[in-house]
Amino acid sequence: MKYAPPGQPGSVVTVAPRYENFIGGKWLAPTQGRYRADLSPATARPITEVAHSTPEDIELALDAAHAAKDSWGATSATERAEVLNAIADAIEANKEMLAVAESWENGKPVRETLNADLPLVIDHFRYFAAAARAEEGSSTEIDKDLVAYHFREPLGVVGLIVPFNFPLLMAAWKLAPALAAGNCTILKPASPTPWSVLKLAEVIEDIVPPGVINIVTGPGAEIGKALAANPRLAKISFTGETVTGRLIMQYAAQNIIPSTVELGGKSPNIFFSDVMAEDDDFLDKAIEGLVLFAFNKGEVCTSPSRALVQEDIYEAFMARCLERIAAIKQGDPLDTDTQLGPQVSAQQIEKIASYVEIGRNEGAEVLIGGERTDVGGDFTDGYFFQPTVLKGDNKMRVFQEEIFGPVLAVTTFTDDADALAIANDTLYGLGAGVWTRDGTRAYTMGRAIKAGRVWTNCYHQYPAGAAFGGYKISGIGRENHRMMLDHYSQTKNLLVSYDPKPLGLF
Amino acid sequence: MSDTPQLPRITATPAAIEAIGRLLADRGGPVMFVQSGGCCAGSTPMCFPAGEFLVGAGDVLLGEIDGCPFYIDAALDRAWHQDRFVLDVAAGPAEGFSLPAGDDLHFIVLSPAGEIPALRD
Repeated sequence: MKYAPPGQPGSVVTVAPRYENFIGGKWLAPTQGRYRADLSPATARPITEVAHSTPEDIELALDAAHAAKDSWGATSATERAEVLNAIADAIEANKEMLAVAESWENGKPVRETLNADLPLVIDHFRYFAAAARAEEGSSTEIDKDLVAYHFREPLGVVGLIVPFNFPLLMAAWKLAPALAAGNCTILKPASPTPWSVLKLAEVIEDIVPPGVINIVTGPGAEIGKALAANPRLAKISFTGETVTGRLIMQYAAQNIIPSTVELGGKSPNIFFSDVMAEDDDFLDKAIEGLVLFAFNKGEVCTSPSRALVQEDIYEAFMARCLERIAAIKQGDPLDTDTQLGPQVSAQQIEKIASYVEIGRNEGAEVLIGGERTDVGGDFTDGYFFQPTVLKGDNKMRVFQEEIFGPVLAVTTFTDDADALAIANDTLYGLGAGVWTRDGTRAYTMGRAIKAGRVWTNCYHQYPAGAAFGGYKISGIGRENHRMMLDHYSQTKNLLVSYDPKPLGLF
Repeated sequence: MSDTPQLPRITATPAAIEAIGRLLADRGGPVMFVQSGGCCAGSTPMCFPAGEFLVGAGDVLLGEIDGCPFYIDAALDRAWHQDRFVLDVAAGPAEGFSLPAGDDLHFIVLSPAGEIPALRD
């Protein structure tokens, strides 16, 4: 089926002419009264206007968060879990609306937002509601009369800066653990995708106490530093690229606060010969596993953007994969049959095209795609790029830099040692995939690859409860796991003596 | 890899030089560029007020444009294996915390054919 674009007759999404910041439970116009257009990448036409905020608006959000932090921090785990579960229920009740809004603003196909993004968002809040309830402090009997009690306490007010590729899920990955741990939050959505998060705020505005979630939209150059370097923050969490990641850590160092940074990857997806030992469901799954480079238009930090195929199956395996890639349906992101939508912005599609050119100049062979494409009709101006496969050498730029588009770089390997050497020959270490019918090989490779997440005989699954984060320059910290409660908490130790006698030293 | 290359490895198109001139005039002070990598806006050069980004021992100075230094992380430089970089501007807003190159303009680096040496095994 096809959903009507937001704001059009028959659409499940209503669109206001403009959206203000969500601060202290209210919608507040930006202090300087400036707005900017928010475009749909499917048509390159405006959806609505959002606040073009300035540092004064960040200060207002900090005021609201600080006003709320003592009461929110004092709520019981039971009360916080109730709020998180209510958020999940409200999102679930509005799942279709939010899936369509996010698809239209980001360009990701609605089949993905309906079946992946939104279900994961909902489950993430429920997971952290459960995690908060199940948390226990500890008491340690140091000796007969001396006991160490450990309690978790909220940090206070935390800053959350999220990327454009999963506007709702990345917000949920940061909001859910921060709230579960008793913190108040200030969320800065990415400049290309602020609106879908504001639609989410509309859904939960009566559920969350005022000041607990604050959302400020605007350009990073004007409000990014105002938030990240602010001495009133107790933690900053960021997902994006490496230079901003270093800036975030620099600001955190200056304020002596913790930071979590997730900075991308160039993930190897390794296919051993034995995947072709049978022509069965597993082989079919492995082929789909390679084609997942096109998931979310390749705009994924963990995109399996380097395929390493054992040389003796290369021709036969790639023939099957290329057939599947050629069948990818590209077009209206709101059509549930569409598998590949437009890239998020003009900048991104130009960058992708320039990388394909760099690949060609370095001698990579274009096996399929390689060009911008016009899907016609209402979408003729949309930012569509053909699913593309480049064959080459791992030293090439297209194997080393994150293209953030539906572009796969493929190469071959001879044996396990060669596969491992190529897999680890990268600056990054976020994700990896290993496909084999041999359990020992799967385990050995998985442990030896320097990456935080090794999908084994699967890819692109992000269930809450599986820790996610990077090795090497892919970042510091983890998300998507109850260990996040630690990352968003202080540790309080009470060391209590039950011995009535003095030490006897003085 | 030297911190003081004989020839600057970065040059700028007239559009980029004009954009830098506007930034210097508007801000009343120099800016700096740092090449980014990784997720989202990775591959984009970020432009900051001079001194905003703490340059480390692992960063390489590629040269200066009108007194504005351009840095790249040494490991990223090796991965890019590109002799010369050309700073340019393109349509669309700046990303990350980068200053824009003008109204709805951002900085980019070009990788012209011939500037990336052939791969050696």
